[in-house]
Amino acid sequence: MLEKALKGSKAYWIWVFALLGIIAVGFSFYLKQLDFGLGITGMSRDVTWGFYIAQFTFLVGVAASAVMLVIPYYLHNYKAFGRITIMGEFLAIASVIMCILFIVADLGQPMRVLNVLLYPTPHSMLFWDMLVLSGYLVINLVVGWNVLEAERNSVPPAKWLKPLIYLSVPWAISIHTVTAFLYCGLPGRGFWLTAILAPRFLASAFAAGPAFLIILCLIVRKVTNFDPGKEQIQSLSKVVVYGSCANMFFFLCEVFVVMYSQIPEHMDHLQYLFFGLHGHGILVPWMWTAMVLIVSGIILLLIPKARQNESVLAVACVFTFIGIWIDKGMGMVAGGFVPNPLHEVNEYFPTFAEVMIGIAVYATGFLILTMLYKVFVGVKDELAA
Amino acid sequence: MENNRRSFLKFAGVSVLGLGSLSLLDGLTSEDVIASSGQASAEATYKKTANALTAKRWGMVVDTKKLSGRICHKMEKACREAHNIPELENKKHEIKWIWEAHYNHVFPGKTDEFLVERLKELPIPVLCNHCANPPCVQACPTQATFQREDGIVMMDFHRCIGCRFCMAACPYGSRSFNFEDPRSAIAHENKEFPTRMKGVVEKCNFCAERLAVGKQPACVEASKGALVFGDLGDPQSEVRQLLKENYAIRRKQNLGTNPSVYYIV
Amino acid sequence: MNDKPKIIIGLIIFFAVFTFPFWYNHGAVSSAPEPKLSDKAEKAKHCVRDTDYMRKEHMHLLDGWRDRTVRDAERVYEIDGKEYMASLSNTCMECHSNKAEFCDKCHEYASVDPYCWDCHKYPKEKK
Repeated sequence: MLEKALKGSKAYWIWVFALLGIIAVGFSFYLKQLDFGLGITGMSRDVTWGFYIAQFTFLVGVAASAVMLVIPYYLHNYKAFGRITIMGEFLAIASVIMCILFIVADLGQPMRVLNVLLYPTPHSMLFWDMLVLSGYLVINLVVGWNVLEAERNSVPPAKWLKPLIYLSVPWAISIHTVTAFLYCGLPGRGFWLTAILAPRFLASAFAAGPAFLIILCLIVRKVTNFDPGKEQIQSLSKVVVYGSCANMFFFLCEVFVVMYSQIPEHMDHLQYLFFGLHGHGILVPWMWTAMVLIVSGIILLLIPKARQNESVLAVACVFTFIGIWIDKGMGMVAGGFVPNPLHEVNEYFPTFAEVMIGIAVYATGFLILTMLYKVFVGVKDELAA
Repeated sequence: MENNRRSFLKFAGVSVLGLGSLSLLDGLTSEDVIASSGQASAEATYKKTANALTAKRWGMVVDTKKLSGRICHKMEKACREAHNIPELENKKHEIKWIWEAHYNHVFPGKTDEFLVERLKELPIPVLCNHCANPPCVQACPTQATFQREDGIVMMDFHRCIGCRFCMAACPYGSRSFNFEDPRSAIAHENKEFPTRMKGVVEKCNFCAERLAVGKQPACVEASKGALVFGDLGDPQSEVRQLLKENYAIRRKQNLGTNPSVYYIV
Repeated sequence: MNDKPKIIIGLIIFFAVFTFPFWYNHGAVSSAPEPKLSDKAEKAKHCVRDTDYMRKEHMHLLDGWRDRTVRDAERVYEIDGKEYMASLSNTCMECHSNKAEFCDKCHEYASVDPYCWDCHKYPKEKK
């Protein structure tokens, strides 16, 4: 099936080579980072995680959101999603690969990454994160590929796939839960020290992931002969709005607890993000932008008339996606580090090199996604012919 | 033909996966892969240095009454020189093992509007607390940071992958990361102690290398009695005597990390 | 099956790339270098272990040293009744003060790049 990714129109190859070009540029910055060290990023002694880990966290969510197609299709027998479930699984594959690349980009000594396997450490959440992420990658590869192959051969998927598909449901939840546990188990970081973090991560993931998938569906419909389907897109939009509302609800719960109890270690971070602290507030405009985007996304999606108009829907999805990207990416990670444990304010903002490396990782993800979707659409074409 | 190739590829893929998980299992079952292969011959043994200072649990008492800016400065300098700590121009990349801060930053949970005058402007040294229950050790995915039997929380720079999870986990901001190669910024090189490389985390090690040869930590020697170092596990030790006679506090006690550095205020 | 020319060209390219290391190093073949002993090492006559062991196992020995020193605080290596401080910079390099001749030559030949020297110091050498 893979050969289908090697035959394409001119536009396809232009897109592929454009992505390869971006990857090459970003990689040159990564070489610079390897040579100089992580000092070429905006990170500091106080804000030790930044753009890379933020993208990692966000993309784990996108990967986990494939479950929002798997559950309706396989557990509730909602046939319509059968048409696009593989798209969700392939998106998960690309996302997990981006996650792994972002982790590697963030390491000070990437050549030693296999030490995590050589000295397995079950009390470290990062160890579990590595296990669940690689497991999730394998599950989605095996399931997505085999189901597509079965479809191509016009036979039902092999029986042994069923348990694997069921396993993928809790597994998807686990990858984002463990990601949240990386943060919320740390005693000295009041901003993350909240049991709502994992549920909130999942809720925002189930908004951002399907929102992105809707955009992908619209693109696929435009540039290929395959139509993911109107009903499918509409159903997804409802998933997005449920997820986004749950995310905002969890967020407001957190805001209430923190602001009403007024315990400084918890409150200072929120204050920093939304109003600035001791005269520092580089993220304030970003956070408010995120809030406006998320809320307008919800409003647009809640109104049936608006949601049913696919142009409006696309806008709402872009709003939701970018809003959550800012909030969960920049805000969630940097916000936890400011103020620092000594209650000093040292701010973070990514550098150009850092962003370029990040863009290259995204380009890699898009390249993988493009090829996987090319195979998927190719099979659909073959069946239609 | 088609089928053969396909099944071969599948078989190869599964084999690679299997081998990968085997190595993981191998890691889980054998305590220390490298150490065991290191002792090829049975006659060779390792032991502690004869004059090494030992303790059940090392700890430190900081007597703020004996502190001054000058003494703090001396302690920092002694530490910097003992451990080849660079003085980097970029403040964001700073490496700090022991440094001075004001009361409200050292004890952010105990800030007082009407703080006793003496403490308001007093520089207080902060360093790794060598917690009995260290969150950094819990977080480290490779055991590059670990707790010794004598309570010292150590860094194994050889093993650190630079993920900085320990820095997120430390509630005291005691850890520094080598954002760049530190070597060019080291003013006085101490030949006895290695430098670090870019991409690893470092912090105070309670001068484990000096304890091994019977010396007190460098900062303690330079402190003119403001810092006292000793065995918290020994009721007769000087640190325990001091704690018996003086009211002392620790940083963020409420987090349950059980720091080994006490401050007499 | 009219792809014969393509396949043959492909095979030739594959073969050329695959055998590249041999072409590239053609003529550059040299015999394994002998590590050169410093005067002090020469005089000492024996190392921590015998020469054969040191040649084959020095990396494992050093690995053991570093793990025991850093992780177990056991800094003394005892063998045949003799004690050594397990320290690369302060024990090994004390005798083998000629890093370029003693260490680098073989490491370069074997194309290994140990990162010991990123942190551990070695004596400055006179040229």
